[in-house]
Amino acid sequence: MTKPAEEQILTDNCRDARSVPLSTIEPGASVRVVDVDASGRVGRRLQEMGLVPGVEIRVVKTAPFGDPFELRLLGYKLAIRRSEAAHVLVMPV
Amino acid sequence: MNAEALTFALAGNPNAGKTTLFNALTGLRQKVANFPGVTVERKTGRWNIGGTTVHLIDLPGLYSLDASSIDEEIARKVLSGEAAGVEEPKVVIAVVDATNLERNLYLVTQILERGTPLVLAVTMVDVFEKQGHLLDFEKLSALLGVRAIPVDVRSGRGLSDLGKAAMDLANGPQGVRPLIAVPEDDANPVFRRYRFISGVVQEAVRHNDNDAHALSEKIDHVLTHRFFGLVILLFILLLIFQTIFSWAALPMDLLDHGFGALADAARAAMPEGILADLVSDGIIAGVGGVLIFLPQILLLFLFISILEDSGYMARAAFLMDKLMSRVGLHGKAFLPLISSFACAIPGIMATRTIEDRRDRFATIMIAPFMSCSARLPVYTLMIAAFFSTQTIAGFISLGAVLMLGMYFLGIAAAIVTAFVFKRTILKAPTPPFIMEMPPYRMPNIRTVLQNMLERSWLFVKRAGTVILAISIILWALAYFPRTQAGGDTGAGAAGASSTEVLAESRQLEHSFAGMLGRAIEPVIQPLGFDWKIGIALIASFAAREVLVSTLSIIYNVGKEANEESETLLSAIRGARHDDGSPAWTPLTAVTLMVFFVLAMQCMSTVAIVRRETNSWRWPLFMVVYMTFLAYAAAFVTYQGGKLLGFG
Repeated sequence: MTKPAEEQILTDNCRDARSVPLSTIEPGASVRVVDVDASGRVGRRLQEMGLVPGVEIRVVKTAPFGDPFELRLLGYKLAIRRSEAAHVLVMPV
Repeated sequence: MNAEALTFALAGNPNAGKTTLFNALTGLRQKVANFPGVTVERKTGRWNIGGTTVHLIDLPGLYSLDASSIDEEIARKVLSGEAAGVEEPKVVIAVVDATNLERNLYLVTQILERGTPLVLAVTMVDVFEKQGHLLDFEKLSALLGVRAIPVDVRSGRGLSDLGKAAMDLANGPQGVRPLIAVPEDDANPVFRRYRFISGVVQEAVRHNDNDAHALSEKIDHVLTHRFFGLVILLFILLLIFQTIFSWAALPMDLLDHGFGALADAARAAMPEGILADLVSDGIIAGVGGVLIFLPQILLLFLFISILEDSGYMARAAFLMDKLMSRVGLHGKAFLPLISSFACAIPGIMATRTIEDRRDRFATIMIAPFMSCSARLPVYTLMIAAFFSTQTIAGFISLGAVLMLGMYFLGIAAAIVTAFVFKRTILKAPTPPFIMEMPPYRMPNIRTVLQNMLERSWLFVKRAGTVILAISIILWALAYFPRTQAGGDTGAGAAGASSTEVLAESRQLEHSFAGMLGRAIEPVIQPLGFDWKIGIALIASFAAREVLVSTLSIIYNVGKEANEESETLLSAIRGARHDDGSPAWTPLTAVTLMVFFVLAMQCMSTVAIVRRETNSWRWPLFMVVYMTFLAYAAAFVTYQGGKLLGFG
């Protein structure tokens, strides 16, 4: 689902070996944001919606056809596609 | 209106309760228009604060001022006084949701950084406090350097305080601006703002473990369930359609009779002649023919408003996004397209929630392929005339199969054209899907009704002139030049006698419309259509169901016949070419149905697309490509059918 290139960009900036793209997280897990790729419109929007370093995210569920998935953060719910989630680097809590 | 009046603006995230607050502050003293040059709605109202009236602008709901969508760009322009025709607001009322404070404050920090005087209106405080959370308003005010006021529309709490605070700010010493502690270092500005907000919230809010949206969470357990979610979505859609078709039938009949009576009354009140004919047959009948769909449109808008206001719309988009993205569309395109099965107009107007322009236009371009209710009379007439008794395998009605086939043909055409457009003229990468799923709430009756009436009125007002113009043109085409017998068709005689019916038919044959029908005959002959059907095709550009009444006139049955009239059915079956061969075969009927699935035979849709895309280019393109596609498909159907030995 995720494009390898996007994952590569993110893992390059990675300072912690445990960091993984948000797109690889399965429903039920809670993670903390490490970094967001802000080079494009998508990353910028995700940041504005509160996906900034330190914020805790719970992956709630996946939509019936496998995408998008539902996140819980800062007391609200956000739906994004896995391809967008690839812009976010997270760490297990 | 007082030219000296102050202008305030209302800003906030979508779903923060902004519209409800705006309604409460301004009552019914509102005006809805578009910002010049774009289709972003500009809502203004008058707000009475202790005897002084101020203009209140309701900015579109937005998450940020960084202009990644057209709404955000407009909002930024209004706040900086750059928007044409809008005065720079003196004070901004920022609406924030207490249960979602951190993300809501993001926009606030951006506005504060611009130096705009601001008052914070905090909504949903009761929900928040009921869960045992505490919000210290004094601390919040002190930390942000602005006044934070809890407001509750239902009880009226805080509304007058909000007005006073805004007034104080507007009349206060200018140049004294609220300060905000966002340090200007080189870190990412978004991260910086959220860090600041996080500090503020930590100081001012005492959270406990209770989830303010526990009920929403439970509802979502079912409504976005991977199996039940889809079943419920299907059920909701069925319910909407069932309701629209059963509830709208009576008012539609009434309107139909009402316009008929009005036309008669107008004719009786005027001296016989062209003017009387123009008013009753051209204007009243033409505009009336479109307006009888108003009950359906109103009901559809009602349901769309309820789905939006309750929070369900976002869930439908969530459930269907994966399927929609396969053809390059957004999950938010799903409900507008489904609505188009009743009528494309509310569907097209509902595409406004799709942020990306190209995505929205692609959705608009394919919406008319959904078989709307105006096509039903056409399908019904054709099936009743030629396929009413046949069955497949002894028990499946051939008519039902054909009907279903027409719906699927429309859907298939929509999928294919969306796929093509998204790769050619509307080429763009699949737009991101980053969508808030707002907590469910009971739809606010007033917001819903107001929404429904506003949108319906916009349709009538904006489409009205185009519909009126086209009605007059189409009427003139059928009215001129006058045949000899034409003079005595008026007089409003009840119960058309056979000579009158004949005269009516002869008039149509020799009119410009008749000439046009003959002129296009060589073009439509490969589709199995003769010039009489050609006239009906031209006339039904007004609205698809006009086909039925035009055929009735042409076949001398009188225009009062409907799609189930036996006289019309037998006239169609018995119609002959000049050489004596039948004018209609079952194959011709199927070809005509195929043509009507794909052709742009609806002036109201053209008018609304003109409005929603803000140019004539798109609606004209729509007419051209849909007509071309309809012709091609009808050609293949007829010629293919003949090769296979049908017809």
